[in-house]
Amino acid sequence: MTRRFDTGFAPHIPARASVASVMRQVLYALIPGVLAHCWYFGPGVLLQILLASLFAVGLEAAMLRLRRRPVLQGLQDFSALVTAVLFALCLPPLAPWWIALTGMFFAIVIAKHLYGGLGHNVFNPAMVGYVVVLICFPQSMTQWLPAAAPGSWSVGLWDSIASVLSGGPPATLQWDAISQATPLDTLRTGVNSGMTVDEIRAAPVFGDFGGLGWEWIANWYALGGLWLLWRRIISWQVPVTMIGSVVLLGLLAYFADPGSNPSPMQHVFSGALVLGAFFIATDPVSGCASNRGRLVFGAGVGILTLVIRRWGGYPDGVAFAVLMMNMAAPLIDRYTVPRCYGK
Amino acid sequence: MRLPAREQAELAGQRLYHFHGGLRLRHNKEVSCRSPLRRSRLPPRLYVPLLQHAGEPASALVVPGQLVLKGEAIARFEQPVAGFLHAPTSGSIAAIARHAISHPSGQEGLAVIIRPDGRDQWCALQPVVDWQTAEPITLRQKIGEAGIVGLGGAVFPTSAKLSDAHDKTIHTLIINGAECEPWISCDEMLMREQAARVIAGAAILQRATEARQTLIAIEDQMGEAGERLQAALDAFQANSRHDGRNASGQEQIRMVKVTTIYPEGGERQLIQVLTGLEVPAGQRPTDLGLLCQNVATAAAVADAILEGKPLVERVVTITGSGVHQPANLLALLGTPISDLIEQCGGYRQDAARLLLGGPMMGYALSSDANPMIKAANCVLVLNHADIAAEHPELPCIRCGECARVCPSILLPQQLQWDIRNGLLADASAHGLDACIECGCCDFVCPSQIPLTQWFRFGKAQWQQQLQEQSAATLARQRFEARELRLAAADQQRQQKLAQKRQSLKERRSRQPGDET
Amino acid sequence: MSEQTWLALAWAVLSISALGIAMGLGLGWAARRFRVEADPVVEQINQLLPQTQCGQCGYPGCRPYATAIAAGEAEINQCPPGGSAGIKALADLLGREVLELNPQNGQEKPKAVAVIDEQVCIGCTLCIQACPVDAILGAAKQMHTVIESACTGCDLCLPPCPVDCISMVVRPPAITGWQPARPAMRVVAASRNAMRAGAG
Repeated sequence: MTRRFDTGFAPHIPARASVASVMRQVLYALIPGVLAHCWYFGPGVLLQILLASLFAVGLEAAMLRLRRRPVLQGLQDFSALVTAVLFALCLPPLAPWWIALTGMFFAIVIAKHLYGGLGHNVFNPAMVGYVVVLICFPQSMTQWLPAAAPGSWSVGLWDSIASVLSGGPPATLQWDAISQATPLDTLRTGVNSGMTVDEIRAAPVFGDFGGLGWEWIANWYALGGLWLLWRRIISWQVPVTMIGSVVLLGLLAYFADPGSNPSPMQHVFSGALVLGAFFIATDPVSGCASNRGRLVFGAGVGILTLVIRRWGGYPDGVAFAVLMMNMAAPLIDRYTVPRCYGK
Repeated sequence: MRLPAREQAELAGQRLYHFHGGLRLRHNKEVSCRSPLRRSRLPPRLYVPLLQHAGEPASALVVPGQLVLKGEAIARFEQPVAGFLHAPTSGSIAAIARHAISHPSGQEGLAVIIRPDGRDQWCALQPVVDWQTAEPITLRQKIGEAGIVGLGGAVFPTSAKLSDAHDKTIHTLIINGAECEPWISCDEMLMREQAARVIAGAAILQRATEARQTLIAIEDQMGEAGERLQAALDAFQANSRHDGRNASGQEQIRMVKVTTIYPEGGERQLIQVLTGLEVPAGQRPTDLGLLCQNVATAAAVADAILEGKPLVERVVTITGSGVHQPANLLALLGTPISDLIEQCGGYRQDAARLLLGGPMMGYALSSDANPMIKAANCVLVLNHADIAAEHPELPCIRCGECARVCPSILLPQQLQWDIRNGLLADASAHGLDACIECGCCDFVCPSQIPLTQWFRFGKAQWQQQLQEQSAATLARQRFEARELRLAAADQQRQQKLAQKRQSLKERRSRQPGDET
Repeated sequence: MSEQTWLALAWAVLSISALGIAMGLGLGWAARRFRVEADPVVEQINQLLPQTQCGQCGYPGCRPYATAIAAGEAEINQCPPGGSAGIKALADLLGREVLELNPQNGQEKPKAVAVIDEQVCIGCTLCIQACPVDAILGAAKQMHTVIESACTGCDLCLPPCPVDCISMVVRPPAITGWQPARPAMRVVAASRNAMRAGAG
């Protein structure tokens, strides 16, 4: 009695990994940092995440429809959500809603789908969105809140919602009264006006290492990043070389001129460096394919970040550095193809 | 300080190295090792395919109706090297007809169909008397006549491999018992229950290749198999010392335990673990002075030399989540798979796929009428839960996991891009030929891309392209030669014509009146 | 305009001109110094053509067709034996658009070889003279036979034969020439129910 079977290609054990599970784990790893962000700066960041996610998913669905791809399947891989969350974490907590919309439009529609969709984007979509809103809305993008413990947040939940939806300052308050420059901002304006780093660091915006509050957020991001490393979602090459090159160059600059160069610790714990090292520069699609290439990529991002912070026009250079290294990634890949067995 | 490759190879087995990548997979081997190895019963018909391995099919030496004894040669191979097929049991040739032949393409081919007479009577057997003093070439010839091929999966004719080893003067013989693919346990059971055959075969092969030392590699999780093998080795060495023979060769057989990581059992990976060397591109292990043989091949060699028996049966693992009683059987070549599965309790309700080989590198068969062939080390029946494709295929997200696990140190995502876009020359330059099709990259891909199938497809396309290119080059050369030939002939003709005209003119000028 | 403005203008013009001249000279020198000898394009095109010398493109052989393509007199889609793969290779090489095979030049057919029916052959040598790659073995009044490995399937031997003893035979790939299938894109997840329904 012959029994017939369906056939298939080897290997016949199904793969356990999936893009959705990879993306979900990235989101889980961001939770500690997001909570720390809320702790110090209030619930605004959650609003930004919510708005950005809504816009991202909506725009992604629309683009998939336009491109005649299966919509539900395209949304199920969570990649739009990761872009949205990473973008939202770079925004000031009270940024008006159109910032999230503009950012997501440029990230999802232009940087991702017009280049071919998942797996085909040349540039990191979250960074493209961030850079566009940074350049188009300079005033809104520099209205940061001061760090404070919960209970003494300068703006409460309902005021935050009202401010974000209307675009204006919270009721009965002026922007000048509540907003404050970031630590990197303060550092830059201070150095340009001739103060030494030690004098600048006396300002209340600074904590022990980096900015008050920001340094702890960076710690929690790092914790999430280490978890991702342990789960093998990201590889160690990019974070280590990125932070390593910042520390190395920062050390050299600090010993050369302690007056106008902050210490390497300052650099590492300010701005988006830790977030960038573990979550942004490790984006696999726009980065390098091989581990050797990633060493170069990470080092490049670190060096460019320092250069932009010291001599460039913007206080934090991580976004621009990532985009510039995205441009260089194909060339790096070409010269770092893994050596084949036997050759 | 790096030694030259051959010298480093001579230090094989002194320490263990690592190979790049690889996966730790769940073994699932215990289920088939619970019951002892047993002989499978004689089926009503045996179907021996004439196409058993790469190259042209064999040509039959028998005709329908002819009576044959067990072990009689029934077919002969010419390409790529001479080899034989033998009758697995005594009986009569029912027919030589098209039948399923367990080929990966699923196509049918010619098979010799034998009706057993139940007596299972051997033909006249001629063992090699006193093999310890026989000439190595005699041993190699006997191995070739016995139709022995590599039983680890590649089924390359063993006598050819041994001749190549003899030409290149090898120093180390590696007996490969590192059975790394999940579910398969035939080698382990063979080592547990017939360790003496394996050791004898290893010693014979050492003599046949004149190697200085023999390493028997087993996985570190094969506890019982290792013990039995060691015991058999000790007994063998004690015997040969007792017999007063020159035991210097036999002393050099020892066991090495290697880590259990897929695909450790691949020839190149095992060599890398034992010697730390990679076989250079375009060369073979024999160029480094090493030769690998599977433990089952060694056991078959022992049968051929000590008892004169050709290769007519082998251990096969019948296992998987789709059979009731997984077991290892000593099965005759040509036994239909349906018969083997019946002997293992039959199919479970949700049996969904029939594989010949392991889950990573085996191929699917569309029916169980397919027969046992020399390459069949495992018949794996999986149920739906083990094979269901859960996710659709997504574009490559360039995560690099595939490169992390590739034992051949390739970048599978790059190869996949190249092949998808028809850039086969680029794929070849990126190392497509070094791919051993182990399936590690498929297993870790989050986008569930069928990478290994792309590589198989790409390799075949590339070979076809090379063939077409060489045919075109040949045609162009012949065309240009022809053009030259015609031009030369034309020129000759013009010259002759001009000469004739010239001589005519001269004649006319000398005698103007004669030509009117 | 004041003298200062004139001076500034003069300086600007002079400096930009000087820069332009300097760069132009530099580029010219570099072009000569770093010149790479490449295959003439006719040779490269000829390498991509299938060399059947059949004449279906309208030119007497592959090299004349290659010359015509290089000169811009012929399109890249006139070669049936090369097929769509050949057209794509030519398009990649020359940076031209990929076109459909021109049906006026013929259809893409599977590779066939000529076979002479030896019962009918009269030994006239007309086919031998016609074959562009000398793939027919024979002499006057002797049996003619086609060397299968050299035959390109160009069909040029069929018209001259006075007794029509040549036929084109397509050899299907043997099982030993079996090729693995190209993976198809799996767009939707295979549901377990669908698999159960299909099996057994």
